[in-house]
Amino acid sequence: MSPVWNMARKEFCDGLRNRWLLAISLLFAVLAIGIAWLGAAAAGQLGFTSIAATIASLASLATFLMPLIALLLAYDAIVGEDESGTLLLLLTYPLGRGQILLGKFVGHGLILALATVLGFGCAMLAIALLVDDVELGVLLWAFGRFMLTSTLLGWVFLGLAYALSSRCAEKSTAAGLALGVWFFFVLVFDLALLALLVVGKGQFNPQGLPWLLLLNPTDVYRLINLSGFGTGTQSIGVMALGTDLDVPPQALWACLLAWVAGPLALAYGMFLRRGA
Amino acid sequence: MNVVEIDGVSQRYGRATVLHGLNLNLAPGEVLGLFGHNGAGKTTAMKLVLGLLRASAGQVRVFGRAPSDPHVRRWLGYLPENVTFYPQLSGVETLRHFARLKGAPMHQVDSLLEDVGLTAAATRRVKTYSKGMRQRLGLAQALLGEPRLLLLDEPTVGLDPFATQDLYRLLDRLRAAGTSIILCSHVLPGVEAHINRAAILTQGRLLALGSLAQLRAEAGLPTLIRGSGLQRVEVLQKRWSAAGHVTRPWGDEGLQVAACNGSKVELLRQLLAEDSPSDVEILAPSLEDLYRHYMNSHQITAQEAAL
Repeated sequence: MSPVWNMARKEFCDGLRNRWLLAISLLFAVLAIGIAWLGAAAAGQLGFTSIAATIASLASLATFLMPLIALLLAYDAIVGEDESGTLLLLLTYPLGRGQILLGKFVGHGLILALATVLGFGCAMLAIALLVDDVELGVLLWAFGRFMLTSTLLGWVFLGLAYALSSRCAEKSTAAGLALGVWFFFVLVFDLALLALLVVGKGQFNPQGLPWLLLLNPTDVYRLINLSGFGTGTQSIGVMALGTDLDVPPQALWACLLAWVAGPLALAYGMFLRRGA
Repeated sequence: MNVVEIDGVSQRYGRATVLHGLNLNLAPGEVLGLFGHNGAGKTTAMKLVLGLLRASAGQVRVFGRAPSDPHVRRWLGYLPENVTFYPQLSGVETLRHFARLKGAPMHQVDSLLEDVGLTAAATRRVKTYSKGMRQRLGLAQALLGEPRLLLLDEPTVGLDPFATQDLYRLLDRLRAAGTSIILCSHVLPGVEAHINRAAILTQGRLLALGSLAQLRAEAGLPTLIRGSGLQRVEVLQKRWSAAGHVTRPWGDEGLQVAACNGSKVELLRQLLAEDSPSDVEILAPSLEDLYRHYMNSHQITAQEAAL
């Protein structure tokens, strides 16, 4: 078996052992089912409303949760092993730094993927079984896309977590920075963009501004999930910018994939520069 | 071909130089003891051989290749100082994980656990292990895949005297099987019989290198002869002092004489001929004496250089 797979296996088993997989799956399932049935409560309705609305709510939720979970899972991947002394041992074994990193990514990535499929899959199953007049094809398509992009979003933040984990000398610093990364991409970025819109009062090139959304993986993620439902959904906040963005869905997918690859490459570079 | 070749290697961390022009070779099946105070450069030398550090100057070759070569690592076993493992894994899970990473056969895991005496604790979490048990698990880990070069950094730390003896016996067995071993230590008593050569490092410089016999000859340290239960201590003492030997009363009716430059047998003969000691002790200079000797002479030269 290849060294990458052996590293991945250890990380995956750790995820099973410390109940991370179970906890994340349960959290996703409960939240997804809750949102599907209570999501429209604010509008005075109870029960399942529409697939589009459910996916929109779920995507907003996952935008917050997925990065946080990925960062929590992976922030100590390198610096934690270094602090506990096992990194020194690993580096003397016949496997390269790239293989160590990739192994961890595969292991953590599998945990996230499995938790997403288990958790949100349960919600999809519940909707399919309990709601009478739901279009199964649309449901499968929307949820499939949602689960896939959610996993990719998690992987983006795994890569970011490895990058800062390779950079930091102490676990506590890595934890702090991980929180900072989450804060920036999930909260600050969109607020800053909105502020730019309001303060700029149209001085900025209206064609250029929507492209800035591509600089934030969570925005790319939401753009993908909100598209394709026709005119039924209303975009709010910074997502409204996305309606001006004239790019095909494939480009958004490519952008999300690039967001997975970029931070991972960055992490590799950082890990190579780390002393033993 | 030498297993390890270190040629004129210097290592700098920022502005601090921790190794100065180190030259060191290791032949197949040889056990080299690397001795020195904390911060003498022992661990740095090991990290260079392991390929964890790149030498600032000079060249390190392991099995004739660069130390960072993945093939080389397959033949290496390393026990770091203060070894630690994943606390949530059990001993046997830990070893299995590392065996997979090293490509070692799985059946080796159980026999290694047996070898280091951890079979009973194999299914317990490493978190509950004592320092000595962790150290033994670390040793088992280093032996995975039957390495041809073993690097042990302070392997006896935390081991009780019995476990230390077990370790030395294991090293002898490995040496007989042709494994080359570098042993870093500042614990000296007892290790003499198990090493071929000793290297003494201080402040990143090699002070002395050679077999124990060579080092003893080079240092010219006296062998101490102690006789006890003597009838005529004064006579002997007077005679030996007159002959220029350094003597010292030893206990009630005993005498110690320092035998330099091959006068040991002659002094012993005189002792037995002129008196009837109830017991005789002969103390050849130990590794610890040699170590102290080289350290002191280094300090003296350093002080002279400073003046």
